Parts: sequence; C-alpha cells; structure tokens
Amino acid sequence: MVAQVLAVLIFVAMFLLIVIDKIERHIVTLVCGLLTLVLVFGVAMQSMTAVLETLNLRSIFTVGFWYVSGSEGESTSGINWATIIFILGMMVMVEGMAKAGFFRWLCMKLAKLVNYKPIPLFITFMIMSALLAMFIDSITVILFLAAVTVELANLLKFNPIPMIISEIFCANLGGSATMCGDPPNIIIGTSLEYSFADFLTNTGVIAAISLVIIIFYFYFVYRKQMASDSAANIDISSLPEPKEAITNKKDFIISSIIFGCAVIMLVTHAQTGLTVAFIGTVIAIITLIAAGKYAWELLKKVDYKTLLFFVGLFAVVGGLEQTGILEKIAAFIGEVSGGNLKLMVAIIIWISAVASAFVDNIPFAATMIPVVKSLAISQNVSLETLAWALSMGTDIGGSATPIGASANVVGISVAAKNGHMIGWGKYCKAAAPATVIVVLISMVVIFIRYC
Amino acid sequence: MDKQVIISISREYGSGGHEIAEKIAKQFGFKLYDRSILDEIAEAKNIQIEYLEKYDEKPRKLFGSRRVGAYTNSMEEIIAELQFEYLKEKADTGESFVIVGRCSETVLQDREGLISIFILGDEQVKLERIMKKYNLNEQDAAAKIKRHDKNRKQYHNRHSANKWGDSRAYDMCINDSKLGIEKTTETLAYFIEERMK
Repeated sequence: MVAQVLAVLIFVAMFLLIVIDKIERHIVTLVCGLLTLVLVFGVAMQSMTAVLETLNLRSIFTVGFWYVSGSEGESTSGINWATIIFILGMMVMVEGMAKAGFFRWLCMKLAKLVNYKPIPLFITFMIMSALLAMFIDSITVILFLAAVTVELANLLKFNPIPMIISEIFCANLGGSATMCGDPPNIIIGTSLEYSFADFLTNTGVIAAISLVIIIFYFYFVYRKQMASDSAANIDISSLPEPKEAITNKKDFIISSIIFGCAVIMLVTHAQTGLTVAFIGTVIAIITLIAAGKYAWELLKKVDYKTLLFFVGLFAVVGGLEQTGILEKIAAFIGEVSGGNLKLMVAIIIWISAVASAFVDNIPFAATMIPVVKSLAISQNVSLETLAWALSMGTDIGGSATPIGASANVVGISVAAKNGHMIGWGKYCKAAAPATVIVVLISMVVIFIRYC
Repeated sequence: MDKQVIISISREYGSGGHEIAEKIAKQFGFKLYDRSILDEIAEAKNIQIEYLEKYDEKPRKLFGSRRVGAYTNSMEEIIAELQFEYLKEKADTGESFVIVGRCSETVLQDREGLISIFILGDEQVKLERIMKKYNLNEQDAAAKIKRHDKNRKQYHNRHSANKWGDSRAYDMCINDSKLGIEKTTETLAYFIEERMK
C-alpha cells in the first residue's frame, strides 16, 4: 500500500513538473525515476528484483533484443531500451540528412513541381508532411516544412498560418500510421511486439482514410483565404532553385541512400527478424561512418535530453507497474465497460485523445500500455484492438491544442519568430474540430473492423 | 571607433528608473532602447504592435505553454526572445546604447562594455509617483506596483540564472528615493564615466 501511494505521488509530481515546465523535463523524469527506484522499490517494497526488472539492462545483452526469429519475441517491462536506441539512431540519421540539405531540397522541389501555386502547394505540403512523418520524427518534419513555408509565403506573398497549422496536423496524423512515426507508437510497438507492417495495415489504414478527409476539411476551412492569396502575381523565375538547398552533393546522395535503407529495413523488419533497436544502431553507425570527420559534430547535435527523459519516464512508469496500480486502473476500465469491447475502445481512444491534447502524449502512452495489456488479459479481449485505439488516441489527440504535441510547439514557434503569430484561439479553431473528426473516424473504423 | 558602452538599467515599477535611463542616454549621447524596440521588431517582422505590447515583459502562462528544446508556443517567451535577438544584433554592431529592462544584464552579460544597474525605490515614494502619474488612489497604485513588479520578477527569473534585483547580478544597485532622480542620475553618470575610462 505504501509503495503504491509513493509510486502514484511520484508519478503525479512528475506530470505536474513537466506541465509547469520550470525544470527541464529530463531532469524531472530522471529524479522521479531515481526516487521510484530508491523509495518505492528500495524502501517500501525492499525488492531488488523490481529494481532490476525496471532497469531492464539485462535485456540489451540478449539476442532477442537485436534479432527475433519466428515468434520468440519477448515483451519486457521497465525501461524500454529498444525505443531509446531506435530514437537515438534515427536522430543521428536525421541530423545527417538535414546537414546535407535533404529536407529543404525536398520542400523546394515539390513547391517548384506545383508551380508555386498556393492551393496545390497547400495540398502537396500536407501530403508530404504526413508521408515524411511516417518515417521521421514530426519535430524534424515540421521544423523544415514550416521554415520553407514561411520562406515561400514571404516570396509568394501569402499567409503561411493555414499551411503551417495543416502541416502540423498532417505530421501528427502521418506519425500515427507507422511504428516509427510517433514516440507513442514506438513504445507501443516495442512493448507489445508489433511490427512496422502491423501498424501500417491497421493504424496506417485509419490514417490514410483520415488524411483524405482532413485535406478536404482544411481546404474547406481555409479556402477563402487561399483564394485571396492566390490572386498575388509573382514572378516565379526569381524564386530559389531546389538544388541550391543541397549543401554537398555527395553527402546528399549518401544521406538519401541511408534514408532509403532505413525505410526498407523498417518495412521488412517482421520478415528479416531485425528489431528496431538493431535498425536504429545500424543506421546510426552507417551515418557516422559516412559523415567521416563530421561524425562528432552529428553526435553532438543529438537530443540527449529527450533520450534521458525517456529513461526516467520508463522508470517512473515501472514504479506504477510493479506496485500493481496500473492493473487497478485496467480493472476499473473493465468494470465501467462491463466487458464490452466497443465501450473499452471508446473509453481508451477518447481519454487518450483528451489527455494527449493537454499533456505530453509520451508519458501518457507509456503509462497506458501496461493498462491495456492488463485489460486485454482480464477481460479476455483483443490486445491489438486496444493497442490501435491507444495509438490513434494519443497520436491524434495531441493535434487539438498548441501544446498537445512537440510538432505543434515547433511549428508555432517557427511561425512566430518570423512574425506569424498563432495563439490558442487561431490554432484550436481549425485543429480541434479536425482532431475530433479523426478520432471519430478512428473509433468508427476500429468498431467496424475489430469489434 | 570609441569603445562600446552598453548601459543596462533594470528597475522597480514606479522607481523612476526609466526617467533616469532617459537622462543618462541624453547626457552620454547614446540611443535609448526600451519598449520602442517593439516598434522596430513589429516593422521588421510585419507584426501588429498591439500584439507585441500585449505580451511584452510578461511571464509566460504556466498552463497553456510548453517548451520543446529551443522552441516554445508561449507568445510571451517568443516576444522576449525576439527582443533578446534584437539586442544582441544591436550589440554586435558596436553601437553604444542604454537599454531599459528586457533582461539585458543577462542577455548581454558577455559584452565587455556592459554596465548593469538596478534602480529601486522606497515604497512610499514609488506609491506617490504612480498615484500622481496615473491619477490613482493609494490602494490602486499599490496594487499596480505589486502586479507590475511581480510580472517583471517572473519574466526576469524565467530568462536569467540570477534573481531579479539581487545585488550580486548587477554592477550597481541604487535606491533613487534617497537622492532623487537628478542626483541619482549624476551619481550614476559619475560611475559610468569612471567605468568608461
């Protein structure tokens, strides 16, 4: 009982401190993680086993961590090192791509292909945002897309705010389509042993349907503004050439090949047996070898704070898991839903969406995974169905408000620093109804397909 | 080119610090930057000035803002950062100037020519000044001072490792209620001249 109270207190304190944002969030989770190990496991439970299971270091030195043959996969609790190593690898790769000018080139190339016309640009950038976010973290996607959008808006004399809000939304939507698109999906995939293809054929289908509808939605919302912006007469010959974005042709080709290899390895990892931890490590090593003398520069740019944030977070959630609190939450959901799968899906998807709109969706997803696992066992329902509901709820819910997802914050910040202010009202007016639409679509698709 | 001098003046609300900054700028022939830098930022970035003024020198809203690395959605913080960048650019030009507030003693702390001053005042003197300036009764004036100082303190402490008004963070802290605006200006001018030598 004492251990449970302590674990909950530490968890609530961690969440509050993350929201208040006075102390850097990686310090918050690391200190709270340490408190969980010392107070919950050490003092209250006096269990070295709980400490070791939560640290989960042993798993890294097993073959199954790097390579899975057949169905021998083993889901683990505690610190999810596979997620952390995969994210590290992708961070290194993305730094290499950014340095070579890949993202800017891609944006400029597509803008040129649609003759710099605002409405086609608006639709193309939404699709590109979703497609890129399927493989690359949404922060990077929006960082480049929003910067190029602002640049093009200045040159072509249109208001970039509708495009930036739409791009943010589509990046979050695209991220929901794959296992590596959004951190909650990586955590869900590695914790519950789902493959890239599992996500693509389940959440990917929902995201694809939603994307089509959302493109119409944003077009409808912003059509008047777009029409007035299209009226500006601009000499497109004065615009920058896409190839100017490439800083080094050799680096550009290499980084494009590495990206291609990463996509192939991810798409086929269920067949090859290579785990995401292995793929992340290999991609990072190849990128660093290709970078040569700039390898150290790339390594220095990696966002270690985010990785440390994950370490602490998993330890705190491990506290809740080991003390049985999450099983109680699962039992409560089971009781409320009366064993009805549709009701369980509805509860999970809407609670996840609403919570993710206001708090970081990563801690939320990490906390909910053991809950849905326990719920599936106790209520004898499909874990997959609950997992897809959790994935769509957390990934899409974050789009509703300016603080719901990291991509939103980055997009708003890039726009504002260039003089285009996006406050809560302006953002939510367009994005909140879009979020409700996609969550509804997701729920209906899950009902029809799985319930 | 003469050696660059940047005089950073932080102040309590109602202390008369801004007036002292104006006098010092005039005496040394330096340009004064204060709220006016918002006009220049508004023009350069094509933003409505009212929007910038709404969030100027205000602390971020605790709930409703979030930071991701170097990025934030808080308008208060974005506008603060735009001003910090502006100040750094001004300092890079080698120009000497007087800057009022804007966490300038922290933002420009690595500049060799920085002279940082904090001006405070006695409560009664500040109250009388604000009552007269805004035609307020004592209670309203006290509330206004309290509110502004609270905002300034939170804003400053969010962007600086040092505490607002902590004497260790400034070259000189002075209570201008003791000598009055004129004599305090003279005292500070003497200090600045000595530092400029």
